[in-house]
Amino acid sequence: MVRYFLFLLVLITILIVSIAGLRDYSFLPHKTKRPPIEIFPDMVRQAKVKAQSPSDFYADGRGARSHVDGTVPVGYSAPESSAQASEGVATMGSPYNVVIFSGKQDYADTGKVGTNWGNGLPFNATMATLERGRERYQIQCAVCHGATGGGNGIATKYGLVGVASFNQQRIREMNDGEIYNTIVNGKNSMLGYGSVIQVPDRWAIVAYIRALQRSQNATINDVPATERTALTGTNASASTIAPAKQ
Amino acid sequence: MSNFFPKWANWLPLQLLVCGLVIGAPITLGIWYYFTPKYTRVGYQPDQPVPFSHSLHVKQLGMDCRYCHSFVEVAGHSNLPATQTCINCHGQGRILPNSPRLAAVRDSWETGQPIPWVQIHRLPDYAYFNHAVHVNRGVSCYSCHGAVNEMSVVYEAESLSMKWCLDCHRAPENFLRPPSEIFNMNWHPASSSEQRELGTKFKEEWKINPPVSCGGCHH
Repeated sequence: MVRYFLFLLVLITILIVSIAGLRDYSFLPHKTKRPPIEIFPDMVRQAKVKAQSPSDFYADGRGARSHVDGTVPVGYSAPESSAQASEGVATMGSPYNVVIFSGKQDYADTGKVGTNWGNGLPFNATMATLERGRERYQIQCAVCHGATGGGNGIATKYGLVGVASFNQQRIREMNDGEIYNTIVNGKNSMLGYGSVIQVPDRWAIVAYIRALQRSQNATINDVPATERTALTGTNASASTIAPAKQ
Repeated sequence: MSNFFPKWANWLPLQLLVCGLVIGAPITLGIWYYFTPKYTRVGYQPDQPVPFSHSLHVKQLGMDCRYCHSFVEVAGHSNLPATQTCINCHGQGRILPNSPRLAAVRDSWETGQPIPWVQIHRLPDYAYFNHAVHVNRGVSCYSCHGAVNEMSVVYEAESLSMKWCLDCHRAPENFLRPPSEIFNMNWHPASSSEQRELGTKFKEEWKINPPVSCGGCHH
């Protein structure tokens, strides 16, 4: 009897292991489409709305609500405090925690002065602004516009057409406000990026695009005198560098 | 009275003990092995409404995590992208505008209804994890989500159990990275000693003191 019992026990163990499988060891990966079993489900799933979750409470079934006109979301600066907000932008560094609610109608939010596109940044650009602009540019813009703004990002290799190069005369002469507006609302086949890029970042990107444009149309005279020898040292002479960069 | 218990009853306690061990041990081992997120959560790989490949977009195209998960640095919740983020490249006249694999994206764009993505990494509702705090202080996406850049279909790579969280909270120097490499899924320390050296440096410089009390995550 003992023998049968032990036999049964071993059989059941083998059965369970073969059905349940092993944990995720590399030699026997355990991948499953089954939702995870929650063994002690007490309070694991609570009747509260979490970010980007559905909710039966609202008619449209969404937990996320868009903000009501005339209100400011929690954690955002009120439109009145634009002067303070701009100061915060000027000194922003990383980690980045200045978030401006883009509900205002002044130049910093619309890129417009009156009915025309304005020029210049609404705050003083520092090296940190440009670094921030480069980071954001590489995340959001370089996919299509390319790392140097030549309109030759990776997406164009997969069939995206009509991507503008920032080095063309039209965009080099374009007002900062219009570039800002293009980031926010898009243009032609480009959709707006206003919902994913915060106000100060949009201006930081404008500043970085200006830097890219300068870098792509630079002459030897743009290089600081102290650095020129380093450049000419590796190349033949200054005169051959200037046309090559055009 | 002396014949009340038969002779074999002398062995009964021992037999019961052995029997209990023989049955109890496999049950205990089974629970120890299977009743843990290491088994119940790791490897969860559901079908998604759109067969989006992280491997293609991140590894092949070199896109940044934050192109889609745009608020991970400023919000506790790392957002899924809006449908517009897909349409930026996959709209009409753009890349693969009519692919059947993108049907759910087009439907969502036309109707305004969200794409019903299946959430994979789900903490219990009583644990409060903040993405922004972690990615701004040296914890990479890679540390919790694994090599997502290698996954054509995303699965849960780590258990996300409380013990697993505490392993890092108690010794963050084993995981902290340079701030520039947080979103670089290909950055790996040359050796574990280099990792500890770097991690210890960051831990001191940034005054990293992760909470290990209950209130740190359950509040």
